[in-house]
Amino acid sequence: MSPELDTRSLSLRVKIVQTMTASKRGHLGAAFSLVEILRVLYDDVLRYDAKNPKWADRDRCILSKGHGCIAIYVLLAEKGFFPASELDKFCLSDGILGGHPDHKVPGIEASTGSLGHGLPIGLGMALNSRYEGSDSRTFVIIGDGESNEGSIWEAALSAGKHKLSNLTVLVDYNKHQSYSSTHEVQDLEPLADKWKAFGFAVAEVDGHDIEDVRSTLRSLPIAPDKPTAIICHTVKGKGIQFIENDMEWHHKSQISEKDFQSLYAALGVS
Amino acid sequence: MRKMCLDMVYQLAKEDERIFFIGSDLGVRTLDQFKEEIPSRFLMEGISEANVVGMATGLALEGKIPYVNTIAAFITRRCFEQVVLDASLHNVNVRLIGNGGGLVYAPLGPTHLAIEDMAIMRAIPNMTVVAPADADEMCRFMPLTVEHQGPIYIRLGKGYDPIVSNDAVPFEIGKAIPMRQGSDALILTTGITLKTGLDATDILKEQGVSASVLHVHTIKPLDVAAILDHAANVRAIVTVEEHTIIGGLGSAVAEVIAEAGFDPAKRFKRIGLPDVFPDQYGSQESLMERYSITATELAQTTLGLVEGRPQAASTADSQSPGKIVIR
Repeated sequence: MSPELDTRSLSLRVKIVQTMTASKRGHLGAAFSLVEILRVLYDDVLRYDAKNPKWADRDRCILSKGHGCIAIYVLLAEKGFFPASELDKFCLSDGILGGHPDHKVPGIEASTGSLGHGLPIGLGMALNSRYEGSDSRTFVIIGDGESNEGSIWEAALSAGKHKLSNLTVLVDYNKHQSYSSTHEVQDLEPLADKWKAFGFAVAEVDGHDIEDVRSTLRSLPIAPDKPTAIICHTVKGKGIQFIENDMEWHHKSQISEKDFQSLYAALGVS
Repeated sequence: MRKMCLDMVYQLAKEDERIFFIGSDLGVRTLDQFKEEIPSRFLMEGISEANVVGMATGLALEGKIPYVNTIAAFITRRCFEQVVLDASLHNVNVRLIGNGGGLVYAPLGPTHLAIEDMAIMRAIPNMTVVAPADADEMCRFMPLTVEHQGPIYIRLGKGYDPIVSNDAVPFEIGKAIPMRQGSDALILTTGITLKTGLDATDILKEQGVSASVLHVHTIKPLDVAAILDHAANVRAIVTVEEHTIIGGLGSAVAEVIAEAGFDPAKRFKRIGLPDVFPDQYGSQESLMERYSITATELAQTTLGLVEGRPQAASTADSQSPGKIVIR
């Protein structure tokens, strides 16, 4: 059982809902399941300089499950990568933030959205860091549905072969994909064993438990000569009971005023 | 041509620490010297084209210049989305070297042929598509790939293709090379069909027809100015390519000619593979023969157009390509 969401986690969720106001659309469930993973990364783990997003010694963080982008946008705006006013223009023609991450946005390392792309790109970045003798690390956040893609496992083979201990894969394992449960669509179990078999050191965490995520991410690499996979057990739509695990909220457009009121009410905003 | 290309990657890598080589699962001893001397920049990542192109993009986003090599069919089709969304959308300096463009792998059958590679690569924004004619031209081209901005698809021929390119003309990406000057017809070639075009002009000369040959080694960006300039004063324009007639050199030239507003209208014909999967094995040469991608057929087609004979449409999807109908 995850601990109660604290004020910061609730406030990030409110910002995510606010971001959808203008376009009335977004992958809300996917964004909500990511909040604590991203929050810990940007608050406590990643090395970056928001005013110099291409700083060579930064840690790289790729949101490979790009449809959860509102969660990363909210954090990047909060950290000062771009003005928070951009959030109000999400998916609008005069904004820089679209429905999937774009590498032209400060703080976004790679354009993702079509699934299965982020890990091979992150693999290349991690190889480069090692070649350069840099201590910068690469983090790639993938989805469980995304783990159906063969390219994820192709990259996993390479990362294991190269013993890339500077590469960490975080699996947002909310057990749901667009159509239904991952169990029904394409069962991933035994997921930890799969990553182990591909040469990764594996940890499993409660992806909504700040302390659990933080302590694991602060103890990387788990093994000195292996890449790390952290399976984050999460809940799709975490934080608002009526959208949790409801596939109607995987992606929603034309979100009504009434829906917005219900979302805000559920987050304690009047 | 392949050997020269890979040798050049090694030579260039010795001079430039940004250069990496990534293979999938290439032939034994490929670039052994590179591997031995620069092991940290030599990667053989297995039969995983999607991963390889993504990995190359990651390296390129960090300022490296990865040269990726595998069979042309696989480096274009198998990982097309990675080529589009990783290498091209990010507009990074990934170089994709495709072995055996066209019909080179004829004995291995249609799974290994790359007959639509130029069409699909040409359709991708930011992508540059180059098909040198022979090893000498490859040698002149490869050094330019180091500083070129954006992804490049390099189409390789079979290897040991006859040397027909002109070493007196500096190679420039995107700049077509005039190889023959004539007043009746214009023949446009790419890759190894430069030789086909040159041989056809010799045949045509004997028949009293004077034809230009413009070697379009770069399919994209297309040298529109050179094509229009050479097309301006001839009656007939013929393209010849070791590729489907859909979407390659012929289509690219047709688009330019059709929009040019020439008066009077030009006679135009594409020579290449019809809209079929080749149904025979054999050799590159035998399939070229089967689909009339030969100097003799090119000369006959050009002659027919110059003389104003009616022609069959090129879009037939039968195994027999459209030929000149002589009435």
